[in-house]
This record gives sequence, structure tokens and C-alpha cells, in this order.
Amino acid sequence: MASLECLEVKRLNHSFGFTQILKDINFSIKKGEVLSIVGPSGGGKTTLMHLCANLLDVQEGSVENTFTSSSFAFQEARLLPWKNVIDNIAIGLLAKGIKNKVAKKMSEEIALKFGLEKDDFDKFPKDLSGGMKQRVSFARALVVNPSLLFLDEPFSALDIGLKMELQTYLIQMVKEKNLTILFITHDLMEAIRLSDKIHLLQADPGHIIKEFEYDLSQEKRDDKFVYNETAKILQDETIINTFELQTIGFK
Amino acid sequence: MKFLLKILKDFPAYLWSGWGAIASILLFIASWDVGNQIYGDLILPSPLETFQTLGLMLQDKSVIEEIKTTLYRSAVGFGFSLLVGSILGLLAGFFATASMMSRPIVTILMGMPPIAWIVLAMIWFGMGDETVIFTVVIASFPIIFVGALQGTRTLEGDLKEMADSFNLPWHMKFIDVYFPHIFSYVFPAWVSGLGMAWKIVVMAELLATSNGIGASLAVARSQLDTPTALALVSIMVGSLMFIEYIILEPIKREVELWRV
Repeated sequence: MASLECLEVKRLNHSFGFTQILKDINFSIKKGEVLSIVGPSGGGKTTLMHLCANLLDVQEGSVENTFTSSSFAFQEARLLPWKNVIDNIAIGLLAKGIKNKVAKKMSEEIALKFGLEKDDFDKFPKDLSGGMKQRVSFARALVVNPSLLFLDEPFSALDIGLKMELQTYLIQMVKEKNLTILFITHDLMEAIRLSDKIHLLQADPGHIIKEFEYDLSQEKRDDKFVYNETAKILQDETIINTFELQTIGFK
Repeated sequence: MKFLLKILKDFPAYLWSGWGAIASILLFIASWDVGNQIYGDLILPSPLETFQTLGLMLQDKSVIEEIKTTLYRSAVGFGFSLLVGSILGLLAGFFATASMMSRPIVTILMGMPPIAWIVLAMIWFGMGDETVIFTVVIASFPIIFVGALQGTRTLEGDLKEMADSFNLPWHMKFIDVYFPHIFSYVFPAWVSGLGMAWKIVVMAELLATSNGIGASLAVARSQLDTPTALALVSIMVGSLMFIEYIILEPIKREVELWRV
């Protein structure tokens, strides 16, 4: 049964008021796939993600999600300011009805794995640095062991070292636990490092105009591969037009 | 339960931090004594005389009865405001129309001087408990209502979305996501509402009743008994300080540890 898990988006349209945000979006993700949606800021990426994650009601078209579980890592950490690190991580577990003690233990384990230290466990978010908050947010999303993970530009505020560390962890999870990821980003390099498929979303109204596929498995992709593919994709006519690169002399 | 223990555990350290406050109170009493030496006993009795009168009064059963009457009136009035103000404020906060409509009404309630309410209440309810309780409610209700309203209005959509993404059940959403935020607004409102209730109750009693601390104050005035008047004021101020610094402040510190 597990192999039948999939997310299928069909003929999805969405508007806020009279402004159409998304137009005729179609795609599907199968178990174990990493799909990136790239596009310029303000192109409806986050709206699309929220529709997929059932945080917004679908107006037209359909989103069918048969994944057994899912979780969401947001662009900002979105921690509860009145809860300490461990309680913040444990919230998803508690929501699933896992006992407090077990949830705490699992949270502590994953916190250590994400480079947080024992001294940090009792700290409130106000005492954490931006990077540490994002680690906590990641830990909170992954501790529930989701089958499908929604990532909404979670790396955009992180330094390059932490970015690599978290990405490597995700790649490992994809390989070991067959994690499925729907990933939103405007950073093409990030997308190329992580994804099996990249969909390019053009703005006004948002629609998918091109798809790219990468067959090489993620853990074999070295910097050279990522740089080469990024260089290649930046020559692509559609990418140049969508990101309006011609005006800054990339052509 | 764990929370209560933590408050008790931190309590001695909190008290120890109060030396500065005590020093400043002693300084205030010293300048009061200076005032007594300049203006004499009739205008401003010395702190010693006042506290001696206070000591005698507290042994007097009839005075204790007056204090109890005042306590009863303020407790009923404040309790009503606390309950109804919090609930209505929360509800109004959840609906944009309700919060928009209630703001001007609150401004009217708050803008009207309490003394005017006392006059109206005397006409409506006569001289007695109801008049005092009504005035206390009118004075403290808007403060609490606005606190609760602000608390719900300022809930963050981002955190709600996060809670939805993890499918938090409704009771977890309330306890872990909404409540701490709302409480950080409602609790200070309760504290200021209580202060207001405690002041208004004496004023209403002074004008509208024949018993309670306020009425005793009126008697002291007519007899030019300044030491008794000051002793009564000390009771009011002392009890408010006790509630605020010994009971409420330690709770507030624990509850808002995540803030500062």
C-alpha cells in the first residue's frame, strides 16, 4: 500500500479577490521523490504550497493527498515564544497523541542530531539565534517522521554552512526513509542539489511553464555537478525570461 | 502543579530583591514624618500615631466588619468584571465587527467619570450594596474587556497556520497556542482592573453607603479625626500592595518568563 502514496494536483486555479494567483497547475509527486517548485518571488509559490498542505481551501481543481503523514517547515521558524526548545519540537508528536515522556525523549534525541546542545533545551526562542531557531523548526517538522515534507524556502535565512548541513541531512533522509519532499525555493542551486524534478513557476498568474529532471541520485551530486547544472539551467531561455535575467546582463 | 511549585521556589529570591522597594517606602514614611513636624498633628498625624491607631482599629470587631463589607463589595464587583469582561472581550476579539462596534462603547464607559456613575447608581439602586457593586463593575469592566479584546485581536496568523500544519487538536491549539498569548494581555488588565476596583469601592461607599471603609472615612472626616482617616487609607494601600507585590507580581514573572 505504501507505494501508492502520492500527491496529485489537477487543474488547480486560485484567486485572491479578483487577482488570479495560480492558473491550471498540474503535477504529481510519488513516494520518495523530491520535487522543487522554483520561480521568482511573489509568483504564487507559497499559495500553491499552502493549497497542497491543506492550509488553504481549494477553490477550483483538485489536490489529492494520499500520504500517510506530512509536516511543514516554514520560511521563518514560527516557534511558540512561550515554549522552550524541547517543548517546541515535541508539539507535533503531542498532537499525534504520543505520551509526553516519549515525545520529550524523541525531541531531545533529534535536537542533538541537529546540532543543538543540552544547555539549549530549556531556552526560550527569544534566546536563540536565527540559525538555531531554524534548526528547532526543522527538528519539529522531522521528528514526527513525516512521509511527505513541505519545505517553504526554509534555508533562505541561513548561513552557507548550516544550509549544507541541513540539506545533507535531508538527502540522507530521502535515501534512508524514502522521504518525499515538496520544496519551494527561488534558489536554483538549492533546487538542483536536492531535486529529482524541478518545475518552473511563472508569475502573474502563476503557472508551470517548464519541467527539468535530474536522474543522478542526490548523494552523488558534488559541487561540480551542481555548479555545472546551474550554469546550464541559467542559459535556458525560459529561465532567463521568467527570472528576468536579460536586464542584468546574463545573456 | 509544577508551575505553582516553581512560583513558590522562586519566591524567596523575589522577596530578597524587594530591599530597594522597602528602602523607598521607608524614605516615604520619613518624609511623611517631616510633614507632621512642619504642619502639626491635626493636619498630618505622624506615621507612628497613624500606625498606633491602625493597630487599635484592627483589634476592634466593628472595624473588621467594615473591612469585610468593603472586601465583599469589591470582590463581587471585580469578580463579575473579571468573568464577564474576559469572556465578552475574548468573544469580541474573534469577530472583527464586534470588536469594531465595541470600541466606541468602551470609550464612552471609560470616558465617563466614575463619580457620575455613582450619582446615577444612587438614583437607580438607592443607598446600598448594589450602588457600590455597580460602580465597581462599571469602572473595572472596560479595562478587562479591552485587555481580552487586544489579546485575541493580536493573535498571530503565522502561529495559527503552524498549528494547523501539525494538525493540533482544538484543546492543544487553545492551551499551547492561543492561551499564553491572550493571557499575556489579559493578566495585566486584571491587575489594573483590580487596582481600579479597590479605589472605586471606597469612593462609592463614601458617597452612597453607611457602612464599609469608605463610610468610616466619611465619619472620620466629619469628626476631623485625621489619624483614623490616615489609618483607613493605610489599610487600603497596604492591602493593595500586598495583593500586587506578594501575590500577583510573582505569578506574572513566571508567566512572562518567555518575554523579556
